[in-house]
Amino acid sequence: MEEGQVISQSVQQSAAAYAIIKDKFGEAVSAFDANETMPFFEVLDLSAWPEIALFMRDNPKLQFNYMACLSGVDYQSEEKVGIVCNLESLGKLNHRIAVKVKCARTGGSIPSVAGVWHTANWHEREAYDMYGMLFSAHPDMRRILCPDDWEGYPLLKDYKVQESYHGIKVPY
Amino acid sequence: MGLLDAGIKNHNVLVTSVDNVLNWARLSSLWPMGFGLACCAIEMMATNASNYDLERFGIFPRSSPRQSDLMIVAGTVTMKMAERVIRLYEQMPEPRYVLSMGSCSNCGGPYWEHGYHVLKGVDRIIPVDVYVPGCPPRPESLIGGLMKVQELIRMEQIGISRADALKKLAEKSVDPQFVIESERNAASA
Ligand code: SF4
Repeated sequence: MEEGQVISQSVQQSAAAYAIIKDKFGEAVSAFDANETMPFFEVLDLSAWPEIALFMRDNPKLQFNYMACLSGVDYQSEEKVGIVCNLESLGKLNHRIAVKVKCARTGGSIPSVAGVWHTANWHEREAYDMYGMLFSAHPDMRRILCPDDWEGYPLLKDYKVQESYHGIKVPY
Repeated sequence: MGLLDAGIKNHNVLVTSVDNVLNWARLSSLWPMGFGLACCAIEMMATNASNYDLERFGIFPRSSPRQSDLMIVAGTVTMKMAERVIRLYEQMPEPRYVLSMGSCSNCGGPYWEHGYHVLKGVDRIIPVDVYVPGCPPRPESLIGGLMKVQELIRMEQIGISRADALKKLAEKSVDPQFVIESERNAASA
């Protein structure tokens, strides 16, 4: 963050929430990024992610009871794909934070948090559908939008559409 | 020579008249299948509703392909939907007509290049008789397209294939202006 820039109240709240998480999980989470649009941190230890999620939901000082969105991202240059979870404490503490989780670009997998926020169920399926990362311990790990026998993951940056699908030509 | 003899020997007057009556009956009660795929369907519904009132042409949507003569492909056909569209088309009794409404079903529309999931034109899977351009087409243009389907039916006769009728239609379409003019001239004469 640039010198002299005023940190808004909502980012301060997020920073306070982050401090509690950092206290508990230490090295498993990265440093805090006070991004004005959406402050975030990254989960460095993949296996700790469900536990962090549960802690964020249930700790009385955090109460992130609402997953607003879970999006997928392709970090092609880093050879990784990941998710960004926008979490909010709706009607309780009214703070928000984003959590990023990354895994290997091919054959990678991220622990599912569908058991923590039900919203994550379909969103994780969508991230899988579009980017190809698996979510371990997900209750229903199938494609959600593309047909089950579709080839490839359409939102990867190097995606090439298949020539034909069930005998129907796909490209223009 | 009586009319009947002349008809049967030369121009088949009897059969053409039956043709005309049958065609008139068919084109005056076109029943489209009531299904919409994307934003174009909203426009199709508006055309069916009271402002544009398709029912005055005898056109009103049926909820089963087995009861319909016309399929209005209104909207984006995804690859997943494409196979369902084929099945619905096959369930329709012949003679059946297909009207492709909007850029999406004509050629893929806004998804023509980067829409990995969109079929680039419904004519890749089923034969289309009339295309209505637009994104979405206004109700007026949909009505125009339906009038074209009616013209096509009017062109059809026993012993004339659909392809020939389409060719005839392309050569000499029944332009309403032309009909109006000739009616006017006939009235003044
Ligand atoms: S042609 Fe335009 S309005 Fe019609 S379905 Fe496609 S995007 Fe929607």
